[in-house]
Amino acid sequence: MKILELKNVSKIYGNLKALADINLSVNAGDWLSIMGPSGSGKTTMINIIGCMDTPSTGSVILDGTDISRENSVNLTRIRRDKIGLIFQQFHLISYLTAVENVMVAQYYHSMPDEEEAMEALAKVGLADRARHLPAQLSGGEQQRVCIARALINSPQILLGDEPTGNLDEENESIVVDIFRRLHDEGVTIIIVTHDPEVGDVAQRKIILEHGRVVDDIDQSATFGEALKLKGKS
Amino acid sequence: MFWRMIIKTLIRQKSKMLMIAFTVVLGVSLSTAMMNVMLGVGDKVNRELKVYGANITVRHKDAALMSDLYGLEGQGVNDKFLYEDDVLKLKSIFWGFNILDFSPMLEGKALMNGVDVGIIGTWPEKHVVLPTGEELNTGLKALRTWWEVSGEWLGESDDKSVMIGHILASQNKINVGSKITLNSETFTVKGIFNDGGNFDNKILMTLPTAQKLLNLPGKISSIEVSALTTPDNDLARKAAQDPRSLSPDEYETWYCTAYVSAICHQIQEVIRDGVAKPVRQVAESEGTILNKTTLLMVLITILSSIGSALAISNLITASVIERSQELGLLKALGAYNWQIVLLVLAEVMITGLAGGIIGYFMGIGFAQIIGQTVFGSYIEIARMVILIVAVILFFVTLIGSIPAIRYLTALRPTEVLHGK
Repeated sequence: MKILELKNVSKIYGNLKALADINLSVNAGDWLSIMGPSGSGKTTMINIIGCMDTPSTGSVILDGTDISRENSVNLTRIRRDKIGLIFQQFHLISYLTAVENVMVAQYYHSMPDEEEAMEALAKVGLADRARHLPAQLSGGEQQRVCIARALINSPQILLGDEPTGNLDEENESIVVDIFRRLHDEGVTIIIVTHDPEVGDVAQRKIILEHGRVVDDIDQSATFGEALKLKGKS
Repeated sequence: MFWRMIIKTLIRQKSKMLMIAFTVVLGVSLSTAMMNVMLGVGDKVNRELKVYGANITVRHKDAALMSDLYGLEGQGVNDKFLYEDDVLKLKSIFWGFNILDFSPMLEGKALMNGVDVGIIGTWPEKHVVLPTGEELNTGLKALRTWWEVSGEWLGESDDKSVMIGHILASQNKINVGSKITLNSETFTVKGIFNDGGNFDNKILMTLPTAQKLLNLPGKISSIEVSALTTPDNDLARKAAQDPRSLSPDEYETWYCTAYVSAICHQIQEVIRDGVAKPVRQVAESEGTILNKTTLLMVLITILSSIGSALAISNLITASVIERSQELGLLKALGAYNWQIVLLVLAEVMITGLAGGIIGYFMGIGFAQIIGQTVFGSYIEIARMVILIVAVILFFVTLIGSIPAIRYLTALRPTEVLHGK
């Protein structure tokens, strides 16, 4: 079942075409990585998929709804209900504890539930660090809090913008392992990355250059193997 | 979660919030002080101006007519007098409580060394008991606080003594303790006064003495009254022309307000044949000073409010820009613009409220300092100032927050989260 479909999507900033006539379909439960050099349009694409931006032309169908012409209020509602966001810089609120950072996402979605937030943290292995402030956590731990926050409202798509970009190899493996478990649970994962190792562990990889999809690689055959290799490293 | 975020933000941003609170404290304290002084200054200015004498004179209607038509005053202009018995009725009018001091005057002439000299009989100092049982001290001494007196003031029952104006005294080489003869009666000069006006060539004595000397028992020429009044407005001016021109509602408003014309009208209702008129210079000075003082206070309040709004605006905008990543994140997590605005406004309003409470009490302190320094008495605290200050504080904080709110609503999560 298609959860996301981009049809002839372009994004133009003045004279710059950040995305040019992109066509892409993602099925529910897929793990997709988007790779490409800087300025290739990766972040623009993830902003559009994440309802934080709209395309200049074309349409984006998210779970059966065309989000390309929605106003900002509706985009906020759709993002809140269907998207979980993970950032390279984690973006945790510095004065809130780990569990409170997770509860913020609950608060703006429906209602904060500390027990549920604790379960989300336990799922990423941080139950014992729940009362710590971000400054008291390592980079890997902060990224795991960010993942817990992204997952707390059971989104249909988990969007990661360079989620391992600020992590060392050990923490990168931990985060990738979490993605693997989420994938096993049926969560749709779309990740923008520069890291070939992280890109290779996805089921499917698309390569962007100058705002165009230049390659769309099905990695289903090597999917399990790459994960094992990543796990060993 | 909402309050948890607010409390933690307030703690984390305590230096900025303290600056905002400090700005509010300054603005609110100034506004509170100015408004309390503004509302309390009417009575204070009136009391200050009371030292310049009476602001209402009551005369017989015929004497008033001669004065109005021909500018003629004093003995010999007419033979109509008011009654001493009516004087205490002044305190029985609706605005009786606003009548601070009063003194009956009987003017006439007597022979001194074969020459006619002006004499004035009055209550130099008088302790009176009203029909209500209320006791008060009044008399000319309270109405002529600026007089420079050599010797002593006359007492209530100094029937064998007089005071003499300094011009008349120097012309006749009279000193304190000298004996003078008026219509063949001998008096001791108890004091020589300097009025700076037309009293300086007259002789002052107690009212019974003058009545006896002039053979006018129980009669008086005029009454000088010092009353606390409200500055005139259009209604008061219209009423002063003719109270009958007022509608019933206007009449009620006018009658129940301490306009000088309303007090004069009420005095005329109790003093037989009396016509009460404001002493124009004093009444106008009161009105002018009060209006200008009020305008000054209002201007200071407005300027301090604008200053506070600008300072708050800068501080909040700086705070919001500093937190743009955090606020952008909240938007990315699904917060609507109004939820973010509500969060920031709640933080600012709580800070403003804390500053406002401190500022209010400081303002009361400032008002008392002003009251003590300028008027030598405390300024009465007007409760309505709390409401006015609260409204000003709300709008100043809200207006000060507008640039920050505009910045917040225009903030795009992609710009702050991806550094684009």
